[in-house]
Order: sequence, then structure tokens, then C-alpha cells
Amino acid sequence: MNARPHADGSADVMLDVKNLRAYYVMKYFGTQREVRAVDDISLRVGRNEIYGLAGESSSGKTTFIKTIAAAIRPPLTVVGGSIRYSFLDRDIYRLDRAALSAIRWRHLSYIPQGSMNVLNPVRRVRESFIDFALPHMDLPKQRFFAAIVAHLERLQLAPGVLDAYPHELSGGMRQRIAIALATVCRPDFIIADEPTTALDVVVQKSVLELIREAQREIASSMIFVTHDMAVHANISDRLGIMYAGRLVEEAPTAEIFRSPKHPYTQHLIASLPRIGDLSAKRALTGAPPSLAEPPSGCRFHPRCPLAMDICRETHPELVSIDPRHRVACHAVSPAVRPDGVFGATAKQRTGLVQ
Amino acid sequence: MTGDLLNLEGVTKSYASGGLLARRTFNAVDGVSFALDASRPEIFAIIGESGSGKTTLARMILNMVAASAGAIRFRGKALATIRGRRARLDFMRQVQPIFQNPYEAFNPLKRVDRYLYATARRLAGVGRKEVDRVCDEALRKVGLSLAEVRGRFPHELSGGQLQRTAIARALISGPALLVADEPVSMVDASLRMSIVELFKALRDELGVSIVYITHDLATAYHISDRIIIMQKGRVVEGGDARTVLDNPQHPYSKLLKSAVLSPDNAGIDAQAATHASDPNTVPVNVRSV
Repeated sequence: MNARPHADGSADVMLDVKNLRAYYVMKYFGTQREVRAVDDISLRVGRNEIYGLAGESSSGKTTFIKTIAAAIRPPLTVVGGSIRYSFLDRDIYRLDRAALSAIRWRHLSYIPQGSMNVLNPVRRVRESFIDFALPHMDLPKQRFFAAIVAHLERLQLAPGVLDAYPHELSGGMRQRIAIALATVCRPDFIIADEPTTALDVVVQKSVLELIREAQREIASSMIFVTHDMAVHANISDRLGIMYAGRLVEEAPTAEIFRSPKHPYTQHLIASLPRIGDLSAKRALTGAPPSLAEPPSGCRFHPRCPLAMDICRETHPELVSIDPRHRVACHAVSPAVRPDGVFGATAKQRTGLVQ
Repeated sequence: MTGDLLNLEGVTKSYASGGLLARRTFNAVDGVSFALDASRPEIFAIIGESGSGKTTLARMILNMVAASAGAIRFRGKALATIRGRRARLDFMRQVQPIFQNPYEAFNPLKRVDRYLYATARRLAGVGRKEVDRVCDEALRKVGLSLAEVRGRFPHELSGGQLQRTAIARALISGPALLVADEPVSMVDASLRMSIVELFKALRDELGVSIVYITHDLATAYHISDRIIIMQKGRVVEGGDARTVLDNPQHPYSKLLKSAVLSPDNAGIDAQAATHASDPNTVPVNVRSV
């Protein structure tokens, strides 16, 4: 269906994360406590691809993007694994501060959830552009501003916003400026952390379209994080589902929505309310687990309608059931099928998807 | 509609801005009228984006701010005439709020059960010996129990559990009306629909009417009986929830509906992107509106 060579070919991989473990390590009076927020995650993001990362709060998605952006401060510690970008010859978390600020914004940029966190509230938007982009663009100031204005116009923003203070602009407008800031240096890779969660429905849709257009125009790759599956359906090319610090399923977006395999993914998709659908929605029992004391075996087993004995003891590996579809579940993975049950049947057994 | 439970007539709230010379008034809520019947409990949804005045309207129904013009009557009594501690407590017993973010509604440094006990003692007038039983009963209505909540701090409960606790707290005094302002927007995806289904159960089993304020058309479609759609303080469209949302008439309602992201066109953009990255085809945006 999708002929683009990415994720599987090695030449066009923009980001290659292998067996990444990032823990919050805290030491009190000689005893050590770990919160395993990112536990053994491997994924690849191809060139010109929007990779969606879905998961609820405390699933480790924010820790994951902090780690791949090398925004690592104690107690967060990278315990193992590698993070390779195509524009770097080593793991990003091994760079020193100077090397990091050289690649940030030029190669790797960030769209935050609350745009107030990027725009300095006491300075005009123009100064934020000078702070962020000027050191990376290597242009005299006049040509620099000509380039900024041209970029704003491409994103259908009036150049007048440069002279406004952030509080004078609406939330949607600020978010558009954050997107303009993140794309103005034409970075190779953009990390978007819940960029539309704080916005209204009408504004959300137009901001999503803007992100999509900006990403296509500069042909960069993107990791797009949100807990909202409806947003993922409308923006992501491929989708990874995180649960309690682990990646539990990954496939092209259409495939995830058409035939989700992991019981958690099935629940997320089946419980989406739709206009025109009045059927009662089932809720999962229990709550997302604490990452300080995750359940044994598969971390989803206490809430899983399909839980078997093996789920309580060993954690399922993320295995490919199809060249572009990976899932970590004992009930669907071919290696440990207990009774020859494969994906579709397991799905029917949960009764979550008709 | 007789409006014998709640009746709003031309309710307006205006705020003044500017200095002495350049004084302007701004109507946050502008001439809103609707009525709820006591005999027929229902979920009444108020929909609009931020700035549409829906939260101001909720605060007026809760008698937290007074209307500038028009009248709000609860069980026939105008809210403006509620004076004195006794009358105020009596009103609070019957009309209870549920707020958007349960982590902000509860003090993070205080135990959650404290709020339950305080509501039971002060609002419901429950005696010291009965408090545990009353709180446990309220928690059981929302699928929790006192054993799970007792002694816990807000951060020890999940967002879904904490929002259920907030609903249980609101139920302790046996209210006839709940005003829920964006109650599910801060709750995790896997737990959100359980709160929405809980509202349905409260209406059907306890006969509680609920004013459900949201910007999420999909959940409003799912649970509400009637809706009104607000834009800039005015009601632009209202009526039976299914009729309005299946076939909106006002341009603003149509815009809101078209902005709802449907999971059904999942991956359409991925295919469009495939075309876009192929230099031989002209990029086309096939996103359906």
C-alpha cells in the first residue's frame, strides 16, 4: 500500500532507536529506587515520515521524547541503548552542550504543548526568532528577517505578529508561531509534543493541517506525540502505541485502525466515540500501572481480557507479525501461540472489535 | 418544558473593560434561555469553543457569579434571592459542581477522603458515626469504595479514579442537578468513556439531571438528550442532541462538526504523503473535510 522506502531500508532511516532504556534513578540514604519510564524501546523513523506515538499519562512518552532530544537531566538517566540520527555519527546523549546547541533547531527542533514555554512572555515574537533562529541561519539581519517573513507568509501568518507580545495572540496563533519557529531552519527532524492538546476543536484542525503542510514543504521527519487517537488518525503515517514504558504495537496508521492486534490498542480504538454511533463503550478495568512498581510479565496483564498464565510470568517481546506490523502480546505473537490462535481470532475473543 | 427544576430566561453576563474614557462592555453570555424539568432527568449539553461563554454560564448556574440581566430559577426560586448561610447551603445540597481537572480541584497536600467527610458532615448533615457509611455508599455509585480511597493523596489515584471520587463527592448530598464543566478532557483515553457512561447511569438510576459542558461533540452525541451550541455568548442552535448533531443547520454548528477529527479516515493522509513524495505525481491533498 505504501511504497515509500522507510523504516525497513537502512539508507533512509532518520532516527534509529535501539533497546533504549531511560530510568529515573533516585538514591536516598544508600537505597536506590528506579522508575523505568522507558524500558527497552526500539523504533525507526524514516525520511519524510510522521511517526505517531500514542499512550496515556505515565506511559513514558514524554520521557522518551526527552531522551531522544537529549534533554536529559538527573534523575533521568540513560541506562542503555542507542539513539542514532542520520545527521550525527554518534548517540545524541553523548554530545556535550556546545555540540547539542549546534544541532538543535538546525537539525532537530521541537514543537511544545504550551507555546508559552517557547515564546518568552516579556519579549516580542521578533526577539524569540532572533534568539532561536539567527545563530543557526548565518545571515545578515536584514536578509534574515526577509527569510522569516517569507516563511511566515508561506504558513499564512501575517508578518505583523513579529511585533506582538505572546499574550496579545490567541492560543492557536501562538501555536502557529511555535510551528513557524520550529520549521524556519528547515530541520531534518521535528519532535512535536501534544502540539494541539490545549487547542479548541476548530483551531486544532487548522493547526494540524499547518503542521502537515510545513512538514511536507521542508521534507523533514517528525515524531508526533499525543494521547488522542483521533488526532493520530488524521496526521500520522505510522503509529506506535506505548503502555507503561514499553512499545506494545507499531504499524502504519491505517493498519492499526483497520486491524489492531494488541488488546490495549483494540480497546483504545473501540472506545473512540463517534458522531452517529450510540453503542455503549466498554471501559478497561483498573488504572495505568505505576512505573515504580510495574506488574510482572506483560505490564498490561492486570487489565487484559485475554490474560493467560504466561502473561503474568514473562514479558512478551515486540515481534513482527507482518513486515510493517510489530506487536508485543502472547495472545497474538506466533512464537508462543498456546493453541494456534492468531491475531484475528484473539481479537474476536476479546469482543472489543466487531 | 415547564422548567420546574432549572429555568434560565435571557441570562446575560457582561464584563466591563477599558478605563474611564474608553469604557466598553463585553457580553460573555448573551441572552441564554433554557429549561430543565424535574420529572424528566436528562443530560443537557452546552457546546462551544473557548470564549463562547460556556464556563461563565456554568458559574452562574452554580451561583458563583451573579447574572447581569435575566433570571435563573432553581425549583422556582431565583438564584439572586438566595441570601444567608442556611439558604446557600440548601442550594449547594441540591446543585453540585464537577470540575475539569480533578488534580486541580483537590488540594495535592490533603488527603482525598477529607473532602468526602467534609461534604458529608457540612452539606448532608451526617452524624459522626454515619460518615463512613455515607461516603462508602456514594463511592460505590461510581464504582469505587471507601477502602480504595481512604487516606490517599490525589497523586496516588489515577485521573479516572480521582474524577470518579469528585463525582462521588458531588453525589453525597443527594443533588438533583450536577454541573459538569469539561469533566473528561483531562482524563486518560482508556478511562474517559467510563466516566461518560457513568453520567448515563446517574441519570437513569439516580434520576440526576446533568448540565454537561464540553467542546467534544462526539461524547456529547453519545450521552446527551438535548444540546445547545454557543458562539460568543449566544446560543446559535439547540434541540434534540441527535437531530442537531446529525444535521446541523447553523454555519457555526456545521463548522464545529466538520472540525471533529474522525478516526474513520485513518491513514488517508499517509497515502496522500506517498503521492507527495513521488516526484512524478502532483501533490494532492485528499483529506476529506
